[in-house]
Amino acid sequence: MAKAKTTVAFQGTLEQEKALQEVIDAHKGQAGALMPVLQAAQGIYGYLPVEVQEKIAAALHLSVAEVYGVVTFYSQFSLNPKGKYSVSVCLGTACYVKGSDKILEAVESKLGIKSGECTSDAKFSVDVTRCLGACGLAPVMTVNEDVYGKAEPKKVAEIIDRYMND
Amino acid sequence: MINLTIDGIQVQVEDGTTILQAAQAAGIDIPTLCYMKELAPDGSCRMCLVEVEGARGLMTACAAPVTEGMVVRTNTPEVLESRKFILQMMLSNHTGDCMSCAANGKCKLQQYAMDYEVERGDFEGETCQIPPDDSSPFFIYDPGKCILCRRCVRTCQEIQCNGTIAATERGFETTVSPVMGIKIADSNCVSCGNCVQACPTGALSLKAGKKFRDWETKKVLTTCPHCATGCQFYLVVKNGKIVAVEGADGPSNNGQLCVKGRFGSFEFVHDESRLTDPLIKRDGKFEKATWDEALDLVAAKFTEIKKKYGSESLAGFACSRAPNEDCYMLQKLVRCAFGSNNVDNCARVCHSASVHGLAITLGSGAMTNTIKDITEEPDVIMVVGSNPTEAHPVVGARIRRAARRGAKLIVVDPRDITLTKDAAIHLKIKPGTNVAFANGMMNIFINEGLIDEEFIKTRTEGFEELAEIVKDYTPEKVAEICHIDAEDLKAAARMYAKAEKAPIIYCLGVTEHSTGTEGVMSMSNMAMMVGKLGRPGCGVNPLRGQNNVQGACDMGALPEKFPGYQNVEDPAVMEKFEKAWGIELNHKAGLKATEVLPAAIEGKIKGLYIFGEDPIVTDPDTHHVEKALTSLEFLVVQDLFMTETAAYADVVLPGVSYAEKEGTFSNTERRVQRVRKAVDLGTNARLDTDIFIDVMNRMGYPQPQLTSAEIMDEIASLTPSFAGISHARLDAGESLQWPCTGKDHPGTPIMHVGKFSRGLGYFYPAKYKPSVELPDEEYPTILITGRMLYHYNTRAMTGKSKGITQIVNESYIEMNDQDAEKIGVKHGDRVKVSSRRGELETTARVGKKVSPGESFMTFHFPDGNANKLTNAVYDDIACIPEYKVCAVKIEKA
Repeated sequence: MAKAKTTVAFQGTLEQEKALQEVIDAHKGQAGALMPVLQAAQGIYGYLPVEVQEKIAAALHLSVAEVYGVVTFYSQFSLNPKGKYSVSVCLGTACYVKGSDKILEAVESKLGIKSGECTSDAKFSVDVTRCLGACGLAPVMTVNEDVYGKAEPKKVAEIIDRYMND
Repeated sequence: MINLTIDGIQVQVEDGTTILQAAQAAGIDIPTLCYMKELAPDGSCRMCLVEVEGARGLMTACAAPVTEGMVVRTNTPEVLESRKFILQMMLSNHTGDCMSCAANGKCKLQQYAMDYEVERGDFEGETCQIPPDDSSPFFIYDPGKCILCRRCVRTCQEIQCNGTIAATERGFETTVSPVMGIKIADSNCVSCGNCVQACPTGALSLKAGKKFRDWETKKVLTTCPHCATGCQFYLVVKNGKIVAVEGADGPSNNGQLCVKGRFGSFEFVHDESRLTDPLIKRDGKFEKATWDEALDLVAAKFTEIKKKYGSESLAGFACSRAPNEDCYMLQKLVRCAFGSNNVDNCARVCHSASVHGLAITLGSGAMTNTIKDITEEPDVIMVVGSNPTEAHPVVGARIRRAARRGAKLIVVDPRDITLTKDAAIHLKIKPGTNVAFANGMMNIFINEGLIDEEFIKTRTEGFEELAEIVKDYTPEKVAEICHIDAEDLKAAARMYAKAEKAPIIYCLGVTEHSTGTEGVMSMSNMAMMVGKLGRPGCGVNPLRGQNNVQGACDMGALPEKFPGYQNVEDPAVMEKFEKAWGIELNHKAGLKATEVLPAAIEGKIKGLYIFGEDPIVTDPDTHHVEKALTSLEFLVVQDLFMTETAAYADVVLPGVSYAEKEGTFSNTERRVQRVRKAVDLGTNARLDTDIFIDVMNRMGYPQPQLTSAEIMDEIASLTPSFAGISHARLDAGESLQWPCTGKDHPGTPIMHVGKFSRGLGYFYPAKYKPSVELPDEEYPTILITGRMLYHYNTRAMTGKSKGITQIVNESYIEMNDQDAEKIGVKHGDRVKVSSRRGELETTARVGKKVSPGESFMTFHFPDGNANKLTNAVYDDIACIPEYKVCAVKIEKA
């Protein structure tokens, strides 16, 4: 799958901008500066929105497309923020055998987004994880720190609704 | 030198050569898909794998350097098998619609599949399902045909330096895309199409490419008819119609083109609105006429006016877009048949300040160095009043390439242009303050000991007088005049002066002022003071605006110069021309174009022959031009289209485009290049030179019929700087820059080496004078005018390109966001713009591109032509109008 692109409006803070500038200043002019700067930027913002890619590109005298090429190459970089509620569905062997792919489908259809994406109100994001070490409870999904074991597709909507109006 | 063996052949090559280059030198063909000779090897397609004795595995010939004693085999069974395997892999995930593919017949993948007998891809599995991006008006990207060789990406990133596309995602998902996967049409793409030309398959293809097969076409090598970069390209012709343009490996463009060259150079040739027959105005209406009727009338009326009011009541304007040979014949017509020197061309309104200014200070009014030289050699480039990525896009890309390889860029311009992104220093000066800026630079050169004393002493004169003047131009004072930071000015002065090689590249931001000629001389002043002339990577380099505006001047379409800038008022020169042309000529220098129009209003000029110009649109203060043309007794306009100016004519003669005739254009670097006939003339059309010859004969001057090549021979016989130039030499593959003084002279890439054309270079003592019309309470904003990327002058050519007009076809004004806020205008709002001379309505583009108190418009669009507002005041020396500064009022419409 190609990397999902965010629909959440960029809301960087001045502190984040300052922190990014410090990272850029520390690496400017060095060969191979792009990777460490991108890693630090993702640490600062939690993801790499196009606004941040543009700033990095301008500072390192690269085109935004070159930066974007690198961002999409490495799986560690995300183009999407995490939602206020980060939903994870385990697709590890045990969960998968127990039908967690159907859980994922239900989550995606309930929220109208795909795995790796974030709802445009920045409330929910969905990700796939590998084994959470709770195979006894398979299939497992989590919402932030809350763990839902022995999940059933038809219960998914109800679980999500608990966070919806929060 | 390195000795090696390739396929049993002994080869000797330079150290650092790759196996591929060595094989090519030995005439051995190695297949490549990703290799680009201009760039570092990519080694990604694996087609060029070869066997090297002693090496582990096969090696990529494009990337592997040769070593002494190397034994290379390019066609062993293992090599052939690996190539087949690569092709099978590619074809296994390839939309195989060769039948309808635009690349059929020129696709390298198709060719290699045949060469290596690979009929299909045998690997089964998932295939690319990404839909094509057809959002560009000009081309399609189909990922299903993409072999990911990255030639397009490297072209966009490293040659065009626009950075629109990259190879994105990973593994099977990899695709070529703009940032965030947006469509090409929504990206920063400049539609140069160089990526399409670079594509070895049909992945990137021209939309028009479905209409012809490569083998059905003939390709005619010629010169681009837009700006004066002089790009070489092929007109691709099918059944007598031009269907596409392909970049050729010319000295200034190396295969690259811009959107105007590639997509704006042929639709106009076949446009339905082309004039086909002579037209005579009767009772205010144009009626079709025969050539005999029209030419008899033209000759009779001009003869009558000449008898009634004298020779000097007649004038002619040459066309800076027409070939040298045409311009030469027009000036000969004016001089021999009209009997005046009232001949000029539109350089008057763009670079006449360069022609005059550099002739005064250096002895020759042209670019001193070559485009290649000033973009590949220097460590610093200073760009003043020039926006090359839009007005001279191929030069612009070359400058960005220089910045990419580490050259430092100083941009002196009132706007945030594309180049400012790559600049080390941007001096965002107030329009009209170039002389102050230059004097400030020289103040710093002198005070900080950065001047080249030896150069000044041995090669120049006038230093002391200028040094005395620039004493007053302290960085602080100049900072105030120019609205810049004194420290930035100091940094720029140091950067330019200390550079080993640094050219000044300038354009109309320097010339189009009431002090334009002094602005130009200030450029040569700066260069001479730090000894940056007569050497590679240096010089003073005006980028000329039109394909042959250099040539129109070279050909003597100037009121005080014969061809080759020979003075009309020099008796020896006059005697030579009188003898050669067999007629007594007028010995008095003529009127400049910008003097002809006021003279028409005063009743001194009665008859005017306009060849390929449209002054109603292009000259300042439209109303004033209208008044001049209606004051004439007789006006002839010779053009491709019924222009706004032609509507005022008494007789309109249909002209012939560059694609329908032979000739030469002289580009901005004085390079004389061939223009070749690609398609036949219209049924009733006649060559422009034949029309001039006919008029001359009918007016009583016996001018024999000459071909274009014969006209060039006549030019060479009378013009020392063109003495060695002929169509035959150019057709034989020589590339000649004037001065070219003899049949075996190789031409002159760099001027003023060792000695200026003038002898000693002259420091002109220029003082800063403000622009004539400054903002006041009533008209508080400065209006700057200029070009934009997609269109060219009056849009006569680009306006006929469907793709270009789809991208942009309406006027706009760039405003500063603070100014806009004050009058409640938002981006995209309609505004009324007025000056003391006229008003118009247009759309606001609000941002920070221009400074507070300043605005910018182009003159391309009839719905809002900036020349309704511009000020028809002129420079004292060159008579160039002040297009770049006038005062306007902007209100919400």
